[in-house]
Amino acid sequence: MRVRIRFTKTGNMKYIGHLDVMRYFQKVLRRAEIDVSFSGGFSPHMIMSFAAPLGVGTTSGGEYFDLDLQNAPSGQELMDRMNAQMNEGMSVVSIRKIKEDKASKGMSLVAAADYTISLDLSETAEEAAQNCIRTAMGLPEKTEGFMAQQEINVWRKTKRSEGEVNIRPWIYSFSCEMDENQVPVFHMRVSQGSVSNLKPDLVVKAFAEYAGFEIPQGALRIHREDILANVGPESKPKLISMGRLGEEIE
Amino acid sequence: MAKLALTNEILMQIEKPERYIGNEVNSVVKNKEDVDIRFAFCFPDVYEIGMSHLGIQILYDMFNKREDVWCERVYSPWLDLDKVLREKNIPLWCLESQDPVREFDFLGFTLQYEMAYTNILQVLDLAGVPLHAQDRTEEDPLVVGGGPCAYNPEPIAEFFDFFYIGEGEVVYDQVFDLYKEHKKAGGTRAEFLRQVSHVPGIYVPSLYEVTYNEDGTIASFLPKYEDVPAVVEKQLVLDFENAPYPDKPVVPYAKATQDRVVLEIQRGCIRGCRFCQAGMLYRPLREKGVEKMKQQAQKMLKATGYEEISLSSLSSSDYNQLPELLNYLMDICPQKGVNVSLPSLRIDKFSLDVMSKVQDVKKSSLTFAPEAGSQRMRNVINKGLTEEDILTGAGTAFEGGWNKVKLYFMLGLPGEMEEDYKGIAWLCEKVAKRYYEIPKDQRNGKVSITASASFFVPKPFTPFQWAPQNTVEQFIDKAITVKREVRDQLNQKSIRFTYHEADVSVLEGVLARGDRRVAAAIEAAYKKGAIFDAWSESFKNENWQEAFAETGVDPSFYTSRVRSTEEILPWDFISIGVTKEFLKREWETAQKGMVTPNCRQRCSGCGAKKYGGGVCFEEKTGVDLSRYQVDQKDSLTEESCADVADACAAGKSSCAGAADACGAEKSNCEGGNQ
Repeated sequence: MRVRIRFTKTGNMKYIGHLDVMRYFQKVLRRAEIDVSFSGGFSPHMIMSFAAPLGVGTTSGGEYFDLDLQNAPSGQELMDRMNAQMNEGMSVVSIRKIKEDKASKGMSLVAAADYTISLDLSETAEEAAQNCIRTAMGLPEKTEGFMAQQEINVWRKTKRSEGEVNIRPWIYSFSCEMDENQVPVFHMRVSQGSVSNLKPDLVVKAFAEYAGFEIPQGALRIHREDILANVGPESKPKLISMGRLGEEIE
Repeated sequence: MAKLALTNEILMQIEKPERYIGNEVNSVVKNKEDVDIRFAFCFPDVYEIGMSHLGIQILYDMFNKREDVWCERVYSPWLDLDKVLREKNIPLWCLESQDPVREFDFLGFTLQYEMAYTNILQVLDLAGVPLHAQDRTEEDPLVVGGGPCAYNPEPIAEFFDFFYIGEGEVVYDQVFDLYKEHKKAGGTRAEFLRQVSHVPGIYVPSLYEVTYNEDGTIASFLPKYEDVPAVVEKQLVLDFENAPYPDKPVVPYAKATQDRVVLEIQRGCIRGCRFCQAGMLYRPLREKGVEKMKQQAQKMLKATGYEEISLSSLSSSDYNQLPELLNYLMDICPQKGVNVSLPSLRIDKFSLDVMSKVQDVKKSSLTFAPEAGSQRMRNVINKGLTEEDILTGAGTAFEGGWNKVKLYFMLGLPGEMEEDYKGIAWLCEKVAKRYYEIPKDQRNGKVSITASASFFVPKPFTPFQWAPQNTVEQFIDKAITVKREVRDQLNQKSIRFTYHEADVSVLEGVLARGDRRVAAAIEAAYKKGAIFDAWSESFKNENWQEAFAETGVDPSFYTSRVRSTEEILPWDFISIGVTKEFLKREWETAQKGMVTPNCRQRCSGCGAKKYGGGVCFEEKTGVDLSRYQVDQKDSLTEESCADVADACAAGKSSCAGAADACGAEKSNCEGGNQ
């Protein structure tokens, strides 16, 4: 049986890198004595694949990995057993059964992700914090104009190349609100996955440049809300949460 | 969200922030208001190395089982963070509470290798604790050191308030109880140190006075007060079966070097290799029963979720119930998806059979540690491995499909001659030849032999503690000679020879056998920027050479000088059970190129029997020494017996057992000695 496990990664756990999160879950599953399927050979490993790796420093409310089980109790019991073995800052929030065919693989379904980006000014120098708040005035009203642009060109560095790209087609939605201290909070849906993967901080930085907003060094706090799959045709995408695919385990 | 000592900004700019945030599975968090004693336990190296160390895990668990103690961990911040902490003046903290180390009652260091000494200074410095014990105030933690390097604490003596000599499981409770009383009574630091010096195994360097002869050797080493013991006794766990052991070791997020469950099956070693310090320090050998090991394996796998399990001991093949234990592990582990990681075993039919079950024969390699190239030299170092053992073992393995062999050697052993080290190349050639004796259609392609040589560092409490160490030039010359000799062999294309760094080995030699005066050089090197000396990327020999020059410490006095057996050695005030007389006898026996049987064959009267336990009280098997013969000398057996008997005649009571064993092939020492 293949299941898709949704978990959250918050607080200090954001400093644990992706590979170590994988190793962490392997140990959780062993401690919880869950009947996992193993590959053959001299060093058997769990058949496990993560939907989209999360960078160090980013928190998340919706991370996913697919896992093959030999036997499973109910989804609720699986979840309880795993959570009993987890540390503060990480917890399993849903487990659903998914199809075992190639097309249902989490990794290949990833199409977009929702992010919230806030600013933490607690480590910021006084002057930079004031500049930030001053230049943030009226930001929510500027998002419409930002999104109305035909092209948003930014300098982007990937593993393979470096150069100017138009990121506008990869931004599906973008908004901004002010919190009670008049510090802006950004929400967005951006393209994610193997075809085009857009880092959410690039969007905020492009917007800041557009709106004359000064972001203090190191103040952005990125939180991934959820990862979405495309269940519609390529021409008319239909994005839904990865966690809604599959079915409950009774 | 638990608090962190570092800001997000810093954590995001350094490598592997998970090293510094704590909150690992099975780490212990207490309320600091509820405990009397806060103990900061430090392994002075990077997190992934420190977290792999079994000793801290044992003591961490044992300390934290006490309700009145909260033991936390601290490791050396890696180079990137070290720089940030100095720039921003951030005091070093412990992982669990993230509180500054300086607030703790104790700061304990485990001393595993000499090349970590500058990291001790790094940790003290970053913690804001004065480097010198004499400069510390009532506000500073008591700095304590333990572990194998504490058996010669002198080069780092002035940085420590006290040392714990021996196995940690024994008297820490006494130390803590004493400290609690002392704290309640509002005593001073000096008063506590005086009192704790009365606890067996505790050494307080400031309570001893050392004077020197004109030639630089020690003239006297004496306690300053009558109530302070002149001899510090090693502490040893006698009831090893029931010794504290962590059922729930801390499991790091980062991949530690030792990323697995470790079962300590035995402590100590019967072999008596003359270069090996651990082999002497941990005498006598003590084993844990196989049933206990099975239970611990189950419990620890369950509590950690590790995907691998391995055994820890100095010589696992000597564990009496090894086949039963390995068969059990190979039975229960695969169904849990757990790998059994084999320790290095004597290569024989049993171990090859086990290996073929848990590893891919085509990918795995055989490991031999002949340590020396010739039989003569192997006799000198008392390495009971013969050429025949190696060729037979390798031959059986080759026939079973293996084609990779690793051989470990040392260069610069006492009395080494050209044939001895050239013998490394010749032995490799013989192994290669043995492989090509197998018909072409039955063997698995080419053979690959990797020989690697380290440079010998004489260590305290070994028979070679008097031996002069080779110089850097001698080491390199020998290594190059071996390399050339390898190139002259018929099968040279199948043999790869590598060797370690000579300058590090010589430095290790200074630190290993140094006295109190060496501290100045360690401090000077640290002030020049020496840290992480065990790491080739950060080791800078110039720092040390300048430090020696400036402080007037002559490295050759500690390394290549010939020591007399009459000389007072800096560590002579420590008793490890194994007597200096035994070590002298072994030093002489070594120079005659004769072997001494292992503890199971015959008792050689080393002195460790006085503890009243372990292998000393097992029935002996007797020994045939003829297999170690070199040339035609057939007097080996008799001579080495005579040697032991000689020593017995000189009035060493502990030799009675050995003398008995010489008389009868099989003897039980128990009768002879009690």
